[in-house]
Amino acid sequence: MDNNLQPAALSAEELRELYRLVTAVRQLDLAAIAWQRQGIIPGYAPELGQEAAQVGSAFAMDPEHDFVFPTYREMGVALTMGVDMTAYMSTHKASWHGGLYNPVQTRLAPIQAVVGGSVLHAVGWAHGQTLAGNPGVALTYFGDGASSQGDVHEAMNFAGVLKAPVIFFVQNNGWAISLPTEAQVAGGTVAARAAGYGMKAITVDGNDAAAVVLATREAAAHARAGHGPVLIEAMTYRRGPHSTSDDPGRYRSLAEERRDEGADPVQLLADRLLADGIADDAFLDTALQDAKTNADAVREGVMALGPRPGREMFDFVFAEPTEALKAQARAWREESEHV
Amino acid sequence: MQAALNRALAETLAEDPRAVVLGEDVGRLGGVFRITDGLQQRFGADRVFDTPLAESGILGMSVGLAMAGFHPIPEVQFDGFAYPAVNQIVTQLARMNYRSRGTMPMPVTLRVPSFGGIRAPEHHGESLEALFAHVPGLKVVSPSSPHEAYHLLKHAAAVPDPVIFMEPKSRYWQKGDVFLDDAGPMEGAKVVRPGKHVTLVAWGAMVARCLSVAELAAEDGIEVEVLDLRWLKPIDAEGLAASVARTRRAVVVHEAPLTSGLGAEVAALITERCFDTLRAPVGRVTGFDVPYPSGDLEDEYIPNIDRILFGIQRVLEYRRG
Ligand SMILES: Cc1ncc(C[n+]2csc(CCOP(=O)(O)OP(=O)(O)O)c2C)c(N)n1
Repeated sequence: MDNNLQPAALSAEELRELYRLVTAVRQLDLAAIAWQRQGIIPGYAPELGQEAAQVGSAFAMDPEHDFVFPTYREMGVALTMGVDMTAYMSTHKASWHGGLYNPVQTRLAPIQAVVGGSVLHAVGWAHGQTLAGNPGVALTYFGDGASSQGDVHEAMNFAGVLKAPVIFFVQNNGWAISLPTEAQVAGGTVAARAAGYGMKAITVDGNDAAAVVLATREAAAHARAGHGPVLIEAMTYRRGPHSTSDDPGRYRSLAEERRDEGADPVQLLADRLLADGIADDAFLDTALQDAKTNADAVREGVMALGPRPGREMFDFVFAEPTEALKAQARAWREESEHV
Repeated sequence: MQAALNRALAETLAEDPRAVVLGEDVGRLGGVFRITDGLQQRFGADRVFDTPLAESGILGMSVGLAMAGFHPIPEVQFDGFAYPAVNQIVTQLARMNYRSRGTMPMPVTLRVPSFGGIRAPEHHGESLEALFAHVPGLKVVSPSSPHEAYHLLKHAAAVPDPVIFMEPKSRYWQKGDVFLDDAGPMEGAKVVRPGKHVTLVAWGAMVARCLSVAELAAEDGIEVEVLDLRWLKPIDAEGLAASVARTRRAVVVHEAPLTSGLGAEVAALITERCFDTLRAPVGRVTGFDVPYPSGDLEDEYIPNIDRILFGIQRVLEYRRG
């Protein structure tokens, strides 16, 4: 491996920024679960325990050149990339599949509900950068469950053959709804599969935000230098339910959760900042207050989101709508839109 | 038709720097049907490239290439092998423009060698048009002659939406004139033979067969109008209605199974628009609700001249009960 691809350690300011971000994600995530309980949104996919993996990986990307392909659980990625969080949360409000944010401007593809669905898109996009002579790297997220999908294997093989600049970022949170990794992933780890595709693999502690940044920067440098794709397996733990309609009590006990969950990613970073003298309690307090303020603002935004106008249903089916669809839209307006 | 498609691809690659051709064996081999013959030599392996053998991969990669601003023209080798790609076609390709609120259009032209008639083994001859036409966000077109193949492929490649381009593989070696300067309208259906007693509605390989039927029927004084539907989504309802308004009788002919086939859609469109003028219920002559049979039984399955003539007779002799 090229040693010059090893990224430099993080600066104190970068570490403080990481802390602000993981705290913001933690607070928004907890808030979203509460909104679901309060009936503000119908459902949500929490990420308690995955903040460092998400923030750390997205933090390493170059938003000018790179492009990111999320699943349905990448709120922390979206926040780190500066996506408008009300527009992001609109999907959980059931306003629009994929989110109301602009994916082209934000460099974050629409939210993806098909597990493994966008992994191939990352390969296509990345190969497009090679063809166009651009320096961009694609970062695609998926879980240990999604790693069972044929599309993921096809994507890794395509990327390996084409030496496409892609980072396959696996958040192995131990579970795919009720199925634990050992019943999901033959061979025990997703990272072990990279070798079969001639691909570099990095396993990283997904609770350690700084370690995730460094791993992702290393992977991005490797891919950008034309050495081909990289698989990162970030070991995390999904602390809460899979989604707000899940009941983890049916497949694991509280004792098991306490045994398996490892270090809390937000606390881990706080402890490190304090121990290294990079931050003090006042800084941590401010970060927490800012995070709560932010979550409140997103809550206001989400509450203010009215239902989408029904006619929008017809608007984006085609770039060039068919006459038949235009006729259906006209008929719908006559029959349904009482103005 | 093979040469017409090849020329259309070459011109598209030459005129549109964002066009790329990808698929299994499309590069050095030129595709198993040689539709991409010589393109890699001419345009290089960046523009025309072989992929690993994975159809979902080819379509998923095309989605990503379109996101990066390219105009992918993927090929699946045979119709039956489009099934492994259906997930990416239906859940991703067809919906990305919608999901992204119009910011990520999908100008992808998927070429599918389609239909039977070449005595191929299982999965090498299928009629998938109803499957794709049913999916919101996809457009579906099938050429019936070299002229149509050349112009429709170039047109499809310029459409900013996903187009499933169904090539009638039994017609690949058919010869015919291509009028380069006179494409004619590229949208809608086309009357390929005028007649006044009954409209035969067909597409792809069935158009030529219906023209033969029309020749034979003319010997008995029956003037058959043959309408090449061409676009299976969007269907040209006005063109259909205009033809049937003249002939007042219609038979739709397709290779796909009867049940829930496009014939049902065509019949419904005609009924909605021509109910008062129709002299008989719209007839259907189609394949059967069986898996596409292998070579020896293919002639029993694909609508042949006799079955189409019977179909015409049924609507001509229809009497209100
Ligand atoms: C193709 C597909 N099959 C099934 C589902 C339903 N489903 C949603 S999430 C999920 C588990 C995914 O597990 P994993 O990939 O490990 O991601 P995690 O949710 O744990 O982050 C399932 C089965 C789906 N969304 N997509």
